[in-house]
Amino acid sequence: MMFAVAALALLVALGLALARAVAGPTVFDRALAGNSIGTLAMMMLAVLGFLAGRPEFLDLAILYGLLNVIGTIAVLKFFRVGDLGDPGEDPRP
Amino acid sequence: MLQRAILFLLFYAFWILMSGYFTPFLLGAGAAVSAAVVWFVRRMEVADREGHPVHLGWSALGYWPWLVKEILKSAIDVSKVILDPRLPASPTVVRFRPSQKTVVGLVTHANSITLTPGTLSVEVSPERFVVHGLTRASAQGAVDSEMDRRVARFEGGR
Amino acid sequence: MSLAVEIASWALLLAGGAFCVIGGLGLVRLRGFFPRTHASSVLDGGGAGLILAGLLLQAGWTLVAVKLLVIGVLIFFASPTAAHALANAALARGVKLEQDGEAPSKR
Repeated sequence: MMFAVAALALLVALGLALARAVAGPTVFDRALAGNSIGTLAMMMLAVLGFLAGRPEFLDLAILYGLLNVIGTIAVLKFFRVGDLGDPGEDPRP
Repeated sequence: MLQRAILFLLFYAFWILMSGYFTPFLLGAGAAVSAAVVWFVRRMEVADREGHPVHLGWSALGYWPWLVKEILKSAIDVSKVILDPRLPASPTVVRFRPSQKTVVGLVTHANSITLTPGTLSVEVSPERFVVHGLTRASAQGAVDSEMDRRVARFEGGR
Repeated sequence: MSLAVEIASWALLLAGGAFCVIGGLGLVRLRGFFPRTHASSVLDGGGAGLILAGLLLQAGWTLVAVKLLVIGVLIFFASPTAAHALANAALARGVKLEQDGEAPSKR
């Protein structure tokens, strides 16, 4: 019961974040919404695992989280420097 | 060498915790994969003092509960702003000099600022932090904050 | 499972769900890119953290709890890094830090 309520709240939040991703005027708004959707999807997977009594879903959530970070950083780097091979400035302290 | 052994043990413990099975094949595969990852990490030269700050020890652990409390407090503040029908956001930018010396301390401070809702570190360098705040009060709260003092304390004191 | 743990887990899940909805609402309502990042940080820090804590109470001392902790640590380290990278990239590409030009900065 309580997992269903939490899942419902997450669904509403996902819908709102999706609205921002569709409407966002700049690409950074969309990337921000995409990052939030990733976090919400992780939570959704975890809650769904408990809802269905199958905690194996947590492995999927971990994997999703790792890919989400890499995806966000890759998209940002692409829009910042234009290609993914650029090593960027690396100030050695 | 000691660092490599610690890394290997950490990776192997992580593997066992994630799998939860104790068949000989899976235990052997875990050892092989952990050793391979330690080798990759050595080759990529990312396992330095910063990426693996064991030297900070236990003093960093006392910082986390305090940070969680701060996150909850400011999450409630930001929620009030969002739920207010008049939307009383007054975006403010502050610039100040952090008091940390080491890279780990600076990164911890910047990440803590970002993790706390209502403040966001936009530019980070040893001389200057540029912090964006949702309201004027939250932005001013980041300057010479208790967070600054606490991070400076645990990066210096062992 | 004792009643107290059950009630605490209910409360944490409800509060986490509420923070998630509020964060989503802020993502839609706030104007300008930088204010919106704060809504996203409510979602990551408040919502996800509280939901994870609620699930942690349900899991008890099992391997499931360890996995939940790993997810928590992942969010704890990755979400500010992504937010900072996002803000820095937006600044580098010319998104205005101060909108309306009215917000004064200290010094």
